[in-house]
Amino acid sequence: MSQPILEAPVAEGASDQTMVLNMGPQHPSTHGVLRLVLEIDGEVVVRLYPEIGYLHTGIEKTCEAKFYQQVVPLTDRIDYLSPMHNNLCYCLAVEKLLELPIPDKAQWMRVLLSELTRLNSHLVWLGTHAMDIGALTVFLYTFREREEILRIFEQVAGQRMMTSYFRIGGLALEPPLDFFDRVRGFIRTFPEKIDEYSNLLTGNPIFMNRLKDVGHLSAADAIALGVTGPPLRASGVDFDLRRDMPYSSYEKFRFRVPVSDRCDVWGRYLVRLEEMRESVKIIEQALDGMPEGPVKADAPKIVLPDREKMKTQMESLIHHFKIVTEGFAVPAGEVYQGIESSRGQMGYYVVSDGTAKPYRVHMRNPSFASLQALETMCKGRLLADVVAVIGSIDVVLGEIDR
Amino acid sequence: MSATLADKEAVLREMGEHAAVAAFVAGLGEGFLDARWDRGELTLTVAADSVVAAGRAAQAAGYNFLEDVTAVDWYPSEPRFQVSYHIVSHGLKERIRLRVMLPGSEAGTGSGIESMTAVWPSANYYEREVFDLFGIAFTGHPNLRRILMPDDWQGHPLRKDYPVEGYR
Repeated sequence: MSQPILEAPVAEGASDQTMVLNMGPQHPSTHGVLRLVLEIDGEVVVRLYPEIGYLHTGIEKTCEAKFYQQVVPLTDRIDYLSPMHNNLCYCLAVEKLLELPIPDKAQWMRVLLSELTRLNSHLVWLGTHAMDIGALTVFLYTFREREEILRIFEQVAGQRMMTSYFRIGGLALEPPLDFFDRVRGFIRTFPEKIDEYSNLLTGNPIFMNRLKDVGHLSAADAIALGVTGPPLRASGVDFDLRRDMPYSSYEKFRFRVPVSDRCDVWGRYLVRLEEMRESVKIIEQALDGMPEGPVKADAPKIVLPDREKMKTQMESLIHHFKIVTEGFAVPAGEVYQGIESSRGQMGYYVVSDGTAKPYRVHMRNPSFASLQALETMCKGRLLADVVAVIGSIDVVLGEIDR
Repeated sequence: MSATLADKEAVLREMGEHAAVAAFVAGLGEGFLDARWDRGELTLTVAADSVVAAGRAAQAAGYNFLEDVTAVDWYPSEPRFQVSYHIVSHGLKERIRLRVMLPGSEAGTGSGIESMTAVWPSANYYEREVFDLFGIAFTGHPNLRRILMPDDWQGHPLRKDYPVEGYR
């Protein structure tokens, strides 16, 4: 260690009153391996320094050594609670580089699955956030519903968590026959389930007192510190990439963007709860209006052919062999694609030098930026509130460290 | 508008009214080096010493949110490093890319590029990440230290002369 993380305590004339406390990296309420170095005066937080990097695996460097299509499974592993958002963002970025049009059905399926992913992620957030506060019951309820979403993912992609279902040029496979019925069955009952969580928490005085007026973050601070997504909207900034800079035909869907001007943990809770209801509406619209047609772009040199064609047609076999062994060249250039993930604005910056491997892939992750606001939200507040604040920005450490 | 506007001249001709372009022409003068419109994205290249001025000009023009800062290593060509800033406007619902080219000789010394933290405090983590993985030092940064790699790590992993596997 070249230099200590926090130098000698700073409170002037009272340096013996504060102490330095380590929270994490192994701590049940830090949602992974987040280490917080806290300087506390009694129970009041004087300074806070997040120490990250424990999960750093060099995904960005690995991407540079893979073909474009081989990067897709890596993106799942960045944010293990919303794999489809990562898949989507990467695929959209590469498709933008290729200037490849995507069939309507694939776009709508992407919207549908993105929103299911948002529900999946928000359910885990709600369960663990309530558990951090001390309301253990909710966790069991939310994981009951999450299980059904994971089964739907398994049915459609063959995997519960690391789905890799979105591919460059469309989807990996046609959805199975009873997929739409199953999703419809799920969302028919889901709004009642949200009411059920709300009944357990929203009117609960203990939960309310732990959340209200805790972790204050003004709109100006949120923008200055790079906070996006539900925490930004809970600070009164009405901005959602799905509505304001639409991608993958989100412009064809009607939904509300929940905003709260409470600027506290309670506001973030309410915004996310409302977001779940809006996601259900988007899924309903996607099911009702699902277009017919192919789920892969007509680009034989980029998209793998169907298995049947590959076995029976010479051309398809050649294309299949070329894509798998040599990849496909992507025209030189740089693009940045932003999407609204469960945690905020996710962005993929892909630079191509005209070869079959990306020259540079960079991920802009919402948790990484939001973590910077932690000190602002916790300073001068009680140590016990830090746990509530971490829960409210919904960090995923896999995404922060990459 | 055509799909690609390859240089500053073409961008000024076709997009002179654009909020960011107009602000850069008015506010930076010589520091505004190049511009490019490609695949629906606007890239504005500025000189390394006017990056903070460019940030302020963009902020004044309504681009209020710094979304991301990252770098690209063009080794072995020179200037070696490209630093890219992505800035979003909540009002205009648009994004621009601010681009700075940096010679390899200046990157590590800290004489090359000023920190954007004076304009957007959120640049703190992004620039630390660029420093950690590329070895580009930002002057005026409040806490320029490694963020993802261990403090005693040798080398900067995202440089192109750093191997993907095996020994350094």
